[in-house]
Amino acid sequence: MKLDSKIPEGPLEQKWSKYKKDMKLVAPNNKRKYEVIVVGTGLAGGAAAASMAELGYNVKSFCIQDSARRAHSIAAQGGINAAKNYPNDGDSIWGLFYDTIKGGDYRSREANVYRLAEVANEIIDQAVAQGVPFAREYSGLLANRSFGGAQVSRTFYARGQTGQQLLLGAYQAMMRQVHAGKIEYLPRHEMLDVVIIGGQARGIITRNLVTGEIKSWEADAVVLATGGYGNVFYLSTNAKNSNVTAAWRAHKKGALFANPCYVQVHPTCIPVSGDYQSKLTLMSESLRNDGRVWVPKKKGDDRHPNDIPEEDRFYYLEEKYPSFGNLVPRDVASRNAKIVCDEGLGVGETGLAVYLDFRDAIKRDGRETVEAKYGNLFDMYENIAGENPYERPMRIYPAVHYTMGGLWVDYNLMTNIPGLFATGEANFSDHGANRLGASALMQGLSDGYFVLPATIGNYLADVKPGTRHGTDHTAFVEAEKAAQENIDKLLSINGKRTIVDFHRTLGKIVWDKIGIARNKEDLESAIKEIQELREEFWANVYVPGEKNNYNKYLEFASRVADFFELAELMAKDALDREESCGCHLREEYQSEEGEAIRNDEDFSYVAAWEYKGINGELKEELHKENLEFEFVELKQRSYK
Amino acid sequence: MTIHLKYWKQDGPDVPGHFEEYTLNTVNEHMSFLEMLDVLNEELQLEGKDPVEFDYDCREGICGSCNLVINGQAHGPKAKVACCQLHMRNYKNGDKITIEPPRAAAFPIIKDLVVNRGAFDRIIEAGGYVSVKTGSAQEANAIPIEKEKSDAAFDYATCIGCGACVAACPNASASLFTGAKLAHLNHVPQGEVERSNRVVAMVDQMKEEGFGDCSNFAECEAVCPVGISISAIAEMRRDYMKAMFS
Repeated sequence: MKLDSKIPEGPLEQKWSKYKKDMKLVAPNNKRKYEVIVVGTGLAGGAAAASMAELGYNVKSFCIQDSARRAHSIAAQGGINAAKNYPNDGDSIWGLFYDTIKGGDYRSREANVYRLAEVANEIIDQAVAQGVPFAREYSGLLANRSFGGAQVSRTFYARGQTGQQLLLGAYQAMMRQVHAGKIEYLPRHEMLDVVIIGGQARGIITRNLVTGEIKSWEADAVVLATGGYGNVFYLSTNAKNSNVTAAWRAHKKGALFANPCYVQVHPTCIPVSGDYQSKLTLMSESLRNDGRVWVPKKKGDDRHPNDIPEEDRFYYLEEKYPSFGNLVPRDVASRNAKIVCDEGLGVGETGLAVYLDFRDAIKRDGRETVEAKYGNLFDMYENIAGENPYERPMRIYPAVHYTMGGLWVDYNLMTNIPGLFATGEANFSDHGANRLGASALMQGLSDGYFVLPATIGNYLADVKPGTRHGTDHTAFVEAEKAAQENIDKLLSINGKRTIVDFHRTLGKIVWDKIGIARNKEDLESAIKEIQELREEFWANVYVPGEKNNYNKYLEFASRVADFFELAELMAKDALDREESCGCHLREEYQSEEGEAIRNDEDFSYVAAWEYKGINGELKEELHKENLEFEFVELKQRSYK
Repeated sequence: MTIHLKYWKQDGPDVPGHFEEYTLNTVNEHMSFLEMLDVLNEELQLEGKDPVEFDYDCREGICGSCNLVINGQAHGPKAKVACCQLHMRNYKNGDKITIEPPRAAAFPIIKDLVVNRGAFDRIIEAGGYVSVKTGSAQEANAIPIEKEKSDAAFDYATCIGCGACVAACPNASASLFTGAKLAHLNHVPQGEVERSNRVVAMVDQMKEEGFGDCSNFAECEAVCPVGISISAIAEMRRDYMKAMFS
């Protein structure tokens, strides 16, 4: 299979504008003859559904939540980047592009990232016009703040709820089109398969999560905006219902899955307190501006942290990275927390935590100043951890937060299956091996508002309007039957272990062996353990209830089954990539000081995997898309 | 610690429901309320019993999925948090906890503690937006907005759409939810053009959905997990009257 990224020719800064000019258009009177399915209603899906409906396409919008407004984009805290250069601090589209491609450790496409940086300004305009209440200065103009991995202030924010406000903007735009009759809105529906006829994506199969009804939907194009796969780890900062099922089922129908081993682990989360724990809560990265990270120098030092004197404290980030100190990028901070905990220096009941201490900041600036900056975060911490962070250092530990890997797409955001598109976190395209803060919202909305609505027209222009095969076509009938059989099988096993038990066990394998640091031996044993546990799952899982009713555990069982397969692919991908880059640290490829060593000569490619069947072992064929760097020079990142 | 639970079970909107009881001995103070229910469901499944269904997603108090009524209070005893952010350290050994779904004609029960809040979507659909198409926006800083006004708009825009206001209201009114969206858009200049049409469309839709009217009990404000002020309702009524007479 030859992977064609379809990157337009020409200078970097003219590629997108020239391409837009060259793309084929669909006439307004023809747009109404096309049906487009959008799965997922987060920033990428909601924005795409609204924008395509405004253009005149007939859109069907599906989500698993009870309302489009609850998609997990809502939980994003920090902000959204754009190179408006309002602060006059030297920002530019090039600067945003460069920081993003460098932050991704040179494992993304130049053309895609440049387009992202270019489109970002329009997103801010669009959101403001919708009434999104961004933070403002006393002048009445928009405020900016700085974020990790950049030397300028380019992040727009709405308190700590930027994702919520942007999502509500997209949701409201979507509901306007529901009112106009251009969007058929189908919440509490889960996509179980994509249907391909004549090599083109022609529809999907869904399960109605209230009635259990399995149903076919036909369309001219299908857009998957179904988010990331962080919940393969069981514990992550993702919402509980976030899953890989739509993307994975598309993968099993032939869509390539790219870079599955690129997973971002966020360094500042509230640590796990026990087995019952269902999810992890993120504390904003901004805390590292004033908090100092440390562990006791002596193993098993069980003194109250405030009683541990300065000479017995190990400020490991400040010591190892004197120039960036506590503000090293996410991957570096996470990795070092793991290293000190693995050495037995971790704190708290589980030993899997480090201190984030505000004692010195409070002494220096006063409690009021610290409270004004971080009050809501301190309250959140106290509410969850039951300790007062003004008086006792916070305990923090890294947690899985975002997945850079996803369905392989070309410059048009189309997968290798014609008519099947993937946007937002569900695709792999823009963040390389590491995503910078405040870039996820930017990418979701860039794809949804501006890129996909343009590129999908270029595809549809070649599809004869009104082509219908009918949902009684064998491809639909067979896909429906397979979806039904999968559900029947899960319900029939009637084993002894619960779904949560299996998922938690799987998550532990993935976290321990395909987590912050990987090595050949662990990855090989992870593959074996995953295969064995998967076999046990299919023989011994207990799924309660019935299929023709609301049954959340049945939903979970079907999603966990897919996580079992994805987990094996993640291990294979991590094993194949014999280098360290961004969030992917292979212990065999690091310097004596423990810094990641990239191998551009042999691994400057996108690993795109093709599903070849599963029978005890997952069979996948690797295809490589070489990354060409015409405009930037590849450098080793250093934060020393 | 040990907690005595009493929770609502109901198979669908048209069949009668009932309470079931269970004593859970494995609760610890660090668990969130929903994690305590996860543990309940694990035990129920291992005993071959039917787990209790409840809605949740983000578990950080922002998605608005969870909406349990706990001992008669929407989202439970702790002020300004959704029940996913309520922790068991707020309870003590031996406590009795009754869990019900929000009860309102406009929120039909789907199963057990899960209800259909589609009515909220339809209220937004009726007019809860600024009618701006993608691509037609002007430069963002061309619309300066006083910081105070923008901050006030945010205070209303922060509504998570959980429906606690409806559950707490003796009339099952959706006035706080509807008023919050109106107040958000009315406090920014972008919302001004459609102000009159919007208030009429959304208020009429709210009535059509079967929500009651507001009688100023202010229970909604008391239970709101994000602290939306009841002044949103006063503003909504004033605007509605103005629109009717103009």
